[in-house]
Amino acid sequence: MAWAKKVMRVNLTTGRIGSEPLNMDWAMQYLGQRGLATKYLTEEIDPKCDALGPDNKLIMTTGPLTGTMASTAGRYSIVTKSPLTGCVACSNSGGFIGAEMKTAGWDMIIFEGKAPKPVFLHLENETAELVPADEIWGTSCWHADEWIHRKYQDPLMRIAVVGRSAEKGCLYAAVVNDLHRAAGRSGVGTVMASKNLKAVAIRGTRGVGNVRDITAFMAAVQKGKKVLADNAVTGQGLPRFGTNVLMNVINEVGAMPTRNMREVQFEGSSRISGEAMHEPRESDGKPNLVTNAGCFGCTIACGRISTIDRGHFTISNKPQYWGASGGLEYEAAWALGSDAGVDDLDALTYANFICNEDGMDPISFGSTVAAAMEMFAMGVITKQHTGGVELKFGSAEALCWAADVTARGEGFGLELGLGSKRLCEKYGHPELSMTVKGQEFPAYDPRGIQGMGLTYATSNRGACHLRSYTVASEVMGVPVKTDPLVTEGKAELVKAFQDATAAVDSTGLCVFTTFAWTMEDIAPQIDAACAGGWTAQKMLETGERIWNLEREFNLAAGISGKDDTLPDRMLKEAAKTGPAKGKVNNLHEMLPKYYEIRGWGRDGIPTNETRKRLGLKSGGLAA
Amino acid sequence: MLKALQIEPEKCTGCLQCELACSFQAEGVFNPSKSRIKIFTFHDEGRFVPYTCTQCSEAWCMHACPVEAIVFNDRTGAKEVLADVCVGCKVCTIACPFGTVNYDQDDKVAYKCDLCGGAPECAKACPTGAITYVDADHTGLARMRAHAAKTANVGASA
Repeated sequence: MAWAKKVMRVNLTTGRIGSEPLNMDWAMQYLGQRGLATKYLTEEIDPKCDALGPDNKLIMTTGPLTGTMASTAGRYSIVTKSPLTGCVACSNSGGFIGAEMKTAGWDMIIFEGKAPKPVFLHLENETAELVPADEIWGTSCWHADEWIHRKYQDPLMRIAVVGRSAEKGCLYAAVVNDLHRAAGRSGVGTVMASKNLKAVAIRGTRGVGNVRDITAFMAAVQKGKKVLADNAVTGQGLPRFGTNVLMNVINEVGAMPTRNMREVQFEGSSRISGEAMHEPRESDGKPNLVTNAGCFGCTIACGRISTIDRGHFTISNKPQYWGASGGLEYEAAWALGSDAGVDDLDALTYANFICNEDGMDPISFGSTVAAAMEMFAMGVITKQHTGGVELKFGSAEALCWAADVTARGEGFGLELGLGSKRLCEKYGHPELSMTVKGQEFPAYDPRGIQGMGLTYATSNRGACHLRSYTVASEVMGVPVKTDPLVTEGKAELVKAFQDATAAVDSTGLCVFTTFAWTMEDIAPQIDAACAGGWTAQKMLETGERIWNLEREFNLAAGISGKDDTLPDRMLKEAAKTGPAKGKVNNLHEMLPKYYEIRGWGRDGIPTNETRKRLGLKSGGLAA
Repeated sequence: MLKALQIEPEKCTGCLQCELACSFQAEGVFNPSKSRIKIFTFHDEGRFVPYTCTQCSEAWCMHACPVEAIVFNDRTGAKEVLADVCVGCKVCTIACPFGTVNYDQDDKVAYKCDLCGGAPECAKACPTGAITYVDADHTGLARMRAHAAKTANVGASA
């Protein structure tokens, strides 16, 4: 019900494609998408395996609501072992391909092994085939997307694809779908390319039915849409300004990581904000923003469609970039902007286009460039390394050059593709890498927002804001306002957000709905669609089970409580300006309490009582 | 009073709620590929355009049909396909200058927008007001008002 109850298994080594029923016992425990695919992954691969070897598997997965009329119900995730972190990776994306896959009749596609030569999967309802991809291997996501559309003469086909960065081993390569949506983080695109899988092209015409109680479902969906429309964030702020509405807000809070997180406020923030994207340019009188855009079924429509000034140095002689495409979201605007010290909106938009065109996570890319810029300022990285480029903080030219060479895997771009941790280690300055478990920080400085320090330190996929977005509470007052500068109560807050988010990520819905929706709005939509008695309470229990299962994967992969920490810069170098001036992140005040309320030992390992309570294997995955 | 669908593309975000609502009403499942209304994305221009049957008065499809399977609903103004009369010859799909009559290869009959019997689901589902169902004599009223507002005359503030 709502689930298609069908899994496709594609063995890339042998070329065999099979169909099997979805494990409904597991679906009752893990719901779908993030949770259910993580269950499959933990059952099917050795957590210690080489993430880029044939023993790793890559699961493309929808949630039970994906493809239905619930607002935002077009999400899918890619779940695999990350080459960037060694942790379980789960990257969530919108656009349209998730719903297309469900409409074709599939909950999940599990890719295993490695194709002897580059291929792509062509899937139309019950029919699937692996097609040689030699002609598009070595080309960008955008080129490959256009080529496949032309080959099949089918404009309605939906495509997810990896770019040249992934093929060249960039460790934070994304899977790009529908041209400018991405399963962005943790290098899931790198895993896909390591399997010689260039793309997945889907056309579905079967539809999504099997809703348990359609009358109750449509009523719950209708009610949910009204809540989103009436809420100031989801009804006004996000559609008008996108996620980049946060740029000025977070800067004022003093939590805007700037110049590789040396500072917590950026003097150029108002020039790269969501508001600035509406301002007419001096040159051609047009604003950066053309329109907002919705993903499948989304009644919020926070997406940005932007253009670059045709006279700008980045594209004046490149007409292929003169049209509109996916514009800046807050994370990209921060990573490419504040963290590199660049305040040129057109340059950031160009770098963002390149990240989409060749499939790079703009957060990890921007943060890695920022670390390289700091090492350049110190004289550790020189013009000899960069081939003559002045890799200075604030240089729009250097940023756009870095995007070009990293996207194509050329020269110094190969080193930038290593990510911040490996790059800083290579040049002898591991302390300059702003990462947790090897993944780069997102756009909230944990000195100015204490709960985000615990969020990053304990996130199951390395530093990430989307694992527990306590910013909602600490800055925006959702669901209740807490003081961003205190640590008390943050362990409880982080756990609550982690569990709730893990559940939402398993439904097919977008986590941005939770600016307006509580679990009391979400659970009735799930319960009306799915068998299993999905109360808000059961949703939160499921989220906690998923969180602990991910933790078990990471522990079995060799990651330990010692890795639940932050770079010294966050723990020892005080914020220089703003409301958090003089503050560091006091992780030590939060972490022991967090372990305690999680039911983990002081070593950060779930106790056997906790495992029993959640229905997890005693002794952990390795046992 | 007859009503008509009014489409304002500049308000469309491309979310496909209309296609979901249409396919659910017509087919009982969520299936944009069976929707009578379609959203067209002009990516390079950043434009989304909903498009469906405008219910022509002298409907080409209706006149072309050799078995009179397309009939006029005088209550709603819709031209409706009688599925049990349609023989699937597709002449209507050729006759329609706008492409809004299509052939369903599963059901083997022509299908098109029937205004849901006078309460179009697409208009109800649209979150931005890009699709509305208004007085058929005055689909231009909102646009007239917008332009009227810009007209200079001597008002109280002058």
